[in-house]
Order: sequence, then structure tokens, then C-alpha cells
Amino acid sequence: MSAGEILIAAIADQLQGARTIAVGASSPFPAAGAMLLRARNAARGLPSVRISVLGSREHNFFTNGAFELFDAAAQGRIDAFFLGGGEIDGEANVNLVGLGEYPRCYVRWPGSFGSAFLYYLVPRVILFREEHSPRALVKRVAFVSAPGVSEGVARSGGPRALITSKAVFSFDRARKRFALRSVHGGATGEAIRALTGFDYDAPADPPPTPSPDPQTRALIRGRVTDELGETYPQFAAALAAERAG
Amino acid sequence: MDSLVSLEALVARISDGASVVVPPDRSGVAITATAALIAAGRKNLHLICAPISGMQADLMIGAGLVGTLETSAVTLGEAGGAPRFVEGVREGAFRLMDATCPAILAGLVAGQKGVPFMPIRGLIGSDLMRVRPDWRVIDNPFSPGDPIVLVPAIRPDFALFHAPEADRFGNVRIGRQAELAAMAYAAKATLVTVERIVETSLLANENESAGVLPALYVDAIALAPEGAWPLGLWGEYRADDAELLRYARMARTRDGFAAYVQGLARRFEAAA
Repeated sequence: MSAGEILIAAIADQLQGARTIAVGASSPFPAAGAMLLRARNAARGLPSVRISVLGSREHNFFTNGAFELFDAAAQGRIDAFFLGGGEIDGEANVNLVGLGEYPRCYVRWPGSFGSAFLYYLVPRVILFREEHSPRALVKRVAFVSAPGVSEGVARSGGPRALITSKAVFSFDRARKRFALRSVHGGATGEAIRALTGFDYDAPADPPPTPSPDPQTRALIRGRVTDELGETYPQFAAALAAERAG
Repeated sequence: MDSLVSLEALVARISDGASVVVPPDRSGVAITATAALIAAGRKNLHLICAPISGMQADLMIGAGLVGTLETSAVTLGEAGGAPRFVEGVREGAFRLMDATCPAILAGLVAGQKGVPFMPIRGLIGSDLMRVRPDWRVIDNPFSPGDPIVLVPAIRPDFALFHAPEADRFGNVRIGRQAELAAMAYAAKATLVTVERIVETSLLANENESAGVLPALYVDAIALAPEGAWPLGLWGEYRADDAELLRYARMARTRDGFAAYVQGLARRFEAAA
């Protein structure tokens, strides 16, 4: 079982029940998780899942160009979306801009993309950050591309969960706080605490993130890897190599 | 067709200080025209990315063409971060107008409709509001107690993109890349490079005409075969991933970037 497969399965589990899922730019793991949910629902006779992967032609049903993701989200038609960011803090604020005195950031990331809109409007936003470290998961982000919670503002969406290479957290919007749900690959609760820059709730003995069952594994290795290749050829090749290695 | 011109004549329309709106990587980016713009030595352009950019913005920044950058992101995608953008930010090489994708699109729609601004959800509580004093919050006049953001109309001097084909009447095929139409509607002039010119009107077939930008909006068209390379062009060719990685590596240093741009210029001279 590869670490990548556990992550993809964990993402699909967090998407359970979503019918229309959008995946943004530079998001190979989220794309894989969404494709897995679609494949698994089809295999299990569960309701079909619509996916729109930005940058894909085969896995993108939009016909209104760059507008449609944002308009469809504003219309309430997108159930789930993903955000990452250079920094994520304990109140689920995300920073996709950089570190240091703005505008002349000494570390500069690509930019906020659609985060400052979609985070407010998509009911189930899954935060995904592969790196689980005190510099990625911080007490307070240096720049708020999009806030985790808002008061006095029309807002139908926001964070549901945070998935990293080490663990799965849920997010409580009323309490503005994460809770540790599971840890991957036998890590301990103390190890996760040491790698996380913000405070969160946690059970005394966090359970392991479930390993993908054989059906899930076969779908990741077959259909999902094939589908990913169109948009993320290097990622798909790396996924295959990780299994072989 | 009056609008068919040489590549050099097409880019010559863009003068120093002009605002230019360009599309995201997979919509049809005019890289050959960008190389020509670099060769022409334009300065102090206001580059607007609708709503993000990649190699094109990085090339223009690295070559010193950009005075103002208005974008929601600059990234080379799987090839990594955009090195000249990152260094330019660090050095304060241009005025930066950080945005979020739908705010740029909303500004273009306001431009398209000839209205001064467009309301948009989200954004309140984001630090983008702090760094974009031109964005305002008002109370919803129809339902008080509902704060909402207004973004000003964007009316670029030029829209610049690459498309598969134009017909000899000046109509351009844009498929389902609706942002290209919005860019053209909002811009004062639209410049397009194409893979080929076809004899039959693209508006002749009702089933295909919805994906066509009419000549009304198109001011100049130049032939530029493989004009998006090394980026891809929808329906025509895929991105050259190896070349994009080569760019990402070389552009890490100023010298490497300069060598890459020289190579690009030589390639286009050989093709001309």
C-alpha cells in the first residue's frame, strides 16, 4: 500500500455523498480523490458523481470557460471543492500569497486563485496540504487569501476537513477549531502534535486512517491513474512508479 | 480581410504603457506574439491575466515588459513556480494588483456591459481587500444588512490571444473558451494570432457558430503556426511538458532566462 493511495482514498472518503465536485488548478491528489469517488460510486451502484477538473478536457463538462466554475458555485450547484495554500492556520484561514511584508514577499506563492470566492460559496471545502509541518500548518497565516469563517457576511460555504500526508482533521465552523480524526500509517498523536503549528482537539489515542480496501486499491491503480494521466501526466507516472518501487 | 497583418505589425499596435489582457495557459496563449513583443522591447505594460497566467506572464516579467501585474496567480503548473514572477515580486520590479479569479472576470464583464462596476460575493475578510483599495464594500441597496464587494470595470487597451483558426472575414474560432470572448468584449482592441486562415465563413454552420468570436471585436489577426508552443492549444496540440520544464529550470537565474529568450527568438526567426 503506497502513501499516495491512502491519501487518495482519504480524500474520496471525505467527499462521500457529494454529487458535483470541482477540482481547481495544480491539484493532482484532489483530482485523484474525486475520480476515485466517481469510479467507486459507479462500481457500487451508488449515485453518479459529476467532476469538473480544471485544465482537463475529458473530465470537464463546462462550456462557459473560466466563468462557469465560479458562477455554478454562486448558484449553489457545486457540492465540494479543494483548497490548499502555503500556510493554513488553526482557524482554517488559508494563505496562497506568500510570507513577508506585502507586496515584496520574500517567499511568494502563485496567488489566491479563486479561493477568496469559492471558500465562501462551496458547502464542503476540503483543505489539502501534503506537507504536514509547523511551517505549513501555522498558528496564524501571514496573509489571509480567504478566511475560514466569517461573521455578518453572506456565506454558504467553508472548510469541512483538512487532509495532509500525516493525518485527517475535521473542522468545526462554530468553534473555529480543527479536531484530529485519524493518523496515517501508524503515526502517534504526539508526533502529529509536534508537527502541527496550531492547537486542535484530539482523542487520547487517534485511530489510524483506514487503508483502502482491495476494490478501492484496484480502482486507484486502474481507472483513476488512467484518467489522471490526461491532466497530470507526471503525477500519474509518479503514482505508478511509487507502486512499482 | 483588412485585419490580416504580419506578426510584427500586430504587436506594433501595442505601445509602451498599454494595458493588455491575456488568457490562462490552456485557453490559447499567444507565445509567439509574446516573443515578438519582447523583441520589440515594449515597456511598462499593465498586464491583466484573465484570470491567471503562467509562462507568458513570466516571460514578459523576466524581459522587463511589465510595469503593473494584475492577476489571481502566476504558476507554471506541473513545471513548478514561475521564477521571474517570484523574483520580480521580491525585488518590487512591478506594481502588483493581487486578485481572485472571479473578481477579474467580474471586472471584465462590467467592461463588456459598459457599466462602472460589478458586485461579487466572497472577499470580505480576505487580506486582498486590504491590498486592493480600488475594491469597495457597499451595503446591498435591495436588502440592507448584506455587505457586498464592488469591483471596478476592467477596460484593457488590448486583448491578446492565440486561436486555431480565423476565416477570411475576420471571425475567430474560440470554442468554449468564454473568457476569450469576455476579454475581447471588454478590450478596446483585440489582437489574435492563429494557426491558419480558412476560406469558409466560421459563421456559416449554425452548429459551430456559437464558439466563434465575430469580426466586430477583432482588430488584427496574424498567422503564427504553433503559436502557443510550448503551451498547448485546445483541439490542436498538447503542451510540450519537457520544454516547459526546461524553461522552469533555465529561468531560475537571470542569465539562464536571457539565454532561453535568445533561443526562443532564434527559433521564431528560423520559422519566419
